[in-house]
Parts: sequence; C-alpha cells; structure tokens
Amino acid sequence: MASIESIVRDSQPLKGPHVIEYPFRRSCGPILSEFFGALREGRIVGIRSKTAGVLVPPSEYDPVTAEALDEFVDVGPGGEVVSYSWVSKPRPLQRLDHPFAFALIKLDGADASMLHMVDVGGDESAIQVGMRVAPRWSAERKGHIADIEAFVAEADAVAAPPVLSGEDKPVRAIRTPLRLEYDFTAGREQTIFLRGLAHKMILGARRPGDDLVYVPPRGADPRTAEPTSEIVEVSDKGTVVTYSIVRVPSENIDLELPYVCINVLLDGSNLPFFHVLQKCELDEVRLGMRVQAQWVPDAELSASVTSIAFFAPIDEPDVPYEDFKEYC
Amino acid sequence: MRDVAIISFAQSNIEDDIRSEVEILQPVAAEAVKQSGMARTDIGFTCSGSSDWLQGQPFAFVMALDAVGSWPPIKESHVEQDGAWALYEAWVKIQTGEVESALVYSFGKTSPGDITQVQALQTDPYCVTPLWPDLDSITGLQARACLESGVVTETQMAEVASRSMRDAMNNPHAVRKADRSPEDLLGEPYRVSPLRDHDCPANSDGATVMVIASAELAREHSRRPVWIRGFDHRIDPPALGVRDLTQLPSAATAAEKAGVAKDKIDFAEVTAPYSHQEVLLRNALGLSDDLKVNESGGSLAAHTLMSCGLNRIGDAAMRIAAGNGDRAVAHAGQGPCLQQNLVVVLEGE
Repeated sequence: MASIESIVRDSQPLKGPHVIEYPFRRSCGPILSEFFGALREGRIVGIRSKTAGVLVPPSEYDPVTAEALDEFVDVGPGGEVVSYSWVSKPRPLQRLDHPFAFALIKLDGADASMLHMVDVGGDESAIQVGMRVAPRWSAERKGHIADIEAFVAEADAVAAPPVLSGEDKPVRAIRTPLRLEYDFTAGREQTIFLRGLAHKMILGARRPGDDLVYVPPRGADPRTAEPTSEIVEVSDKGTVVTYSIVRVPSENIDLELPYVCINVLLDGSNLPFFHVLQKCELDEVRLGMRVQAQWVPDAELSASVTSIAFFAPIDEPDVPYEDFKEYC
Repeated sequence: MRDVAIISFAQSNIEDDIRSEVEILQPVAAEAVKQSGMARTDIGFTCSGSSDWLQGQPFAFVMALDAVGSWPPIKESHVEQDGAWALYEAWVKIQTGEVESALVYSFGKTSPGDITQVQALQTDPYCVTPLWPDLDSITGLQARACLESGVVTETQMAEVASRSMRDAMNNPHAVRKADRSPEDLLGEPYRVSPLRDHDCPANSDGATVMVIASAELAREHSRRPVWIRGFDHRIDPPALGVRDLTQLPSAATAAEKAGVAKDKIDFAEVTAPYSHQEVLLRNALGLSDDLKVNESGGSLAAHTLMSCGLNRIGDAAMRIAAGNGDRAVAHAGQGPCLQQNLVVVLEGE
C-alpha cells in the first residue's frame, strides 16, 4: 500500500501528449469570397484602396482610413520576391516537406505584397530578393489560399490547369482546421493527485494548518493566495451537490446516452469534484444522495482520472440540503 | 492626470518550468505583494495578461487567479496581451479615480508546445495561418527587408545579441547568458535565414507581478516611487504586405504621445525578441546610438511570452528605484514583426 509520503516523494511531475483540434469553418464575406472564387478559377484578384494602392489578398477596408473597398483588380499571376525567410527544416504543419522559403511577393499590378511560399526545389541559392515568380497551381482547387501550392521561378510556371471539381457556386466559407500538439506538464500538485489515483487514493491539498481541502489540489488557496502544500487523503465516498443529465453525444466520450454528470463533495473535501454517476435510474438522481467511487480493476489503475470508472449510489441516508448548500 | 507609481515588482523566468501556472505564479505574486508593503486585500484592482494557446490549457487564465487570491471577491480583468497592456488598463482604472492601487500580473508557459509555430495563430486566419508560417519565418521577412534596405547590418544584429547575452550574465532572471564576440556569433549557422539562433528570443516559462499605486499610497509604501510620466500604445495594420517592415510607425507614435523626447533619458528597456528589432526600436523611439539599452539582456536573454514586456517595464522601474537613473523609457511589443507597441516613460521621485 502506497503512503502519501511515498507518492509525494516520488512525484516528478507528469508529462504527457495533449492535442487541441478545432475544425474551424470560417465564413468569407463578399470580399474574400471573390478572392477565393478567383483562386478556384486559377486567377488572383486584389482590391484598390486610396491610401495603399492595390491590396492582395483583398481587404474589406482601407488600412489607413477604414473606408469600405469594392473595386476588384486582376493581378499577377507573376510577381517579384520582396523578402524571404529560408525554412531549412519544415515543421509538421507546414505544407512543403522539403526546404522552402516563406516570402512576401509583390504581384504584377499590386502595390502591397502577399505572404506565400516559394519552392525552388530545396536550393537556397536559387532564391533572391527581386526574383520573378509565378504560382504553381493545385489541380484540385476548392477556393482556398493553398490552391496556390507555392510560387516557383516564373520560367518554370505553367498556366493553371482547369479546376477538377467544376464547382462555380460562390465560396461562402472555407475550412481552416487546426491541430496543435503539446507535451503537457501537470505541475507538482496535480501530479500528486494523479499518482494517488493509481493507488486508489484521492489526494487533495490545503494550506498548512488550514481546514479547507481542495480536490483536485490547485496549487494555491484562492482565499489567501498561499500555497496548498499540505497533501491530505480524502474519502472516495461523497454527497451529490449538483448534477446534470446529458442527452447529446460528444466526441471522445463513449458513454451510453443519457448519462449523469455529478459534482460530488467527497467526505473530507471542500471542493466539489466532477465525475459521472452510473448504476442509478435517472429519476432517482437527487441532490444530497450518497455515492462512492467505483474503481477500475487493479491491473487497469493508472495516474489518471479514468482510474475511477464512475460513481455509484450507496445505501446511506441522504444528507440534508442545509449541510451542503454552500457547495451547490 | 493622476500621478501613479510602480511600488513593487517580481519576476520568474525558467527554461522548461515543470510547475503548473498557479505554482509558477504564486511565489512571484507573494513576493511582489510583500515588497509593496500593502495587504493583498487592500489592493483595489487586479489585471492580468496571458494566452491559453501557449500551453494549450483552456481557462488557465481563470485558474491563475488562485495564485493571486480571489476571495473576498476582487475587481478583476484580463487581457490576451502582454502584461504591459494589463498595466495600461490598471493605470487607466486608477486615472478614473475608481481605485487607488492595482496588482498587475502576467504569465506565459510556452515550453509544452512549439511556440514559434503556435504564434502563426496571431496572423490572418483566412490567408496566412493556413500556410502555417512560424514566427521565426515571419520575422525573418522583416530582418531580410531591413538588411536589403541597409536599415540594419548582420554585424549590428550580432552586436546586439553579443551585448545582450553578456549583459545577461549580471541578470539572475536571464536564461541565455554567454560571453561571445559578434565575430564569433557571425560564424554560427542560420536557423531560418537570415536569422541565427542568437538572433531569436530565448524562450522561457515564467510569471511577472507588479503593484502600482496613486501618489499618496505610493509615497507611504515606497522609499523611491517610480512615477509613470507618459503612457501610450498603438498598432500597425495587420497585413504584413501593407506595412513597411523596416519602420515601426506605431512605436514612433506611441513614443511621441508618451513624451519620450521631452527630457533627457538615462537608459531604455525595450522588447526586441529578434536582434534586428532593437535597431528598429532605437530608430522609432528616437533613442541615441550611445544610450544604454536592455541592460537586462532583454528578450534575447529571457523571453517569457506575455510577460517580457511587463518585465522590461519592471526592470527599468527597479533600476530607478535603486537610484541607478532618474528617467527611463520602457517598451513592450507584440504581434508579428512588432505590430503592437506600448511605450511608458518612468521617472524617479
């Protein structure tokens, strides 16, 4: 049996992969809709402004006066490299897998330059400021900035192939999915909490000598701004102080619908703890009911909240509302 | 205008800090509050700057409140900007007469992600972010434009880096310190041409906390209050291709409005995450070539994103408080190629 002391002593903070994904769908508005529609056709359009000349990509407004803009102008497709950075080691999210340049390119007929990529086959000596470039078009254009795969030396460029989709409806929205990968660190106290779960222990923390115990521990006591450095074990039994019944599916949650989420005030703790309640009819769920953590089999225990499979009702009298109302 | 002074300041910058944001921030906040001589619960307003994207922890900015104390309920606000902009909001709050003092904090924990890549999210989400330009690449466009136009030379960039890393040897809060000559640095390979490793920010995790107060409180709690005599922030257009990247007009305007040129300056602390940007800022803020800039080492020695601007202001203030100068300029900058610029003029009592 692990002791609190051994868990605290061994707790080199946990690290783990953490991924954030958003499937953004962005509405374009009339100006960018025109720009993306033109890209799909293998053309580039800019917009005329009074103070900064022709802007590419077109902007909805003048960068100085904020006046609305509406005069589209065909530009390019050729242009000149104004500045560039040489990416010798492309990152996973970047669109070319061999060395390339990010560049500001001033297209023929434009006054402002646009940011895009220049592909010179990985040879840095083949690019310089002032170089003439033109787009290498994607064959599968859909109305997106990446319809231009990259700019290439003008002599190597070919005319845009006809678009495969044959789509000609206005581009009202574009997909710009986002996926970021992190190596997340749990910090000292969260690590202790997580490691405790691997031993079927629920560990909280309090300010030394204080009476309020936070589960999970938060690192500091919000009442005093002092560290919650004293680690305390609390019971795996508690009282439901509020709940909700979930009837809509969410990604990454494979519970059968409907299911019950509870805030449970564990005995010995002063901060309600969020988990799932099962083995309970929906019309039986109520504030004040007594529940207990149901742990996964010992072989499956790990430093994770998934070590608690769910909470289930236990045969103890309900706690009166007056006794827990400040936690609701 | 009401007189407002910086009365305390504390910071922490560590490479790959494995503590949580709350655990990083709590001791820094405790130190700044203690130095201020005020009771935490007597401070009238709390304002913070941070961005949850950096560490990928949703609502980290809410959890961080535990570290500064939020009970009894406090008046509180947050900006998704460097803490220098939180300082601006707090300063305005005191100007309104609604409060007499404020606690300003910021934190940044960038080590869990590829922070250079994550910052592609601050660009145009339609036409730029989908190409995923990392911040080194974006800033390289500015550096090359400066080199091509002769505004900056590679030797100047190496000189800035060499001097910053050398000065950082005297800064306990710096994470990149070295005694290397510009000639030596110019022998290093490019990271993202035309930028070498030492031209790029020394990323660190950390937190910064500052307490400011109106005149009466400041004189009561500080031996030498450091007065905020001018304060302004400005922004340039978002599209990189619209800007002349060799100039920082918003920084120049902020410096003019803050009154930088009204009197003699003893030193400056500026936020120049990339070496060439120090030269651009000297030009924009009207700082003479021989003025001492970034004795702290600046962002080339420790760059805790969201905190580095507030650190420049705090470093300058502490030097004045210690009697090492009477009037200083501090600058915070954010956004691609220093799109957003904030200037504050500080004077000792």
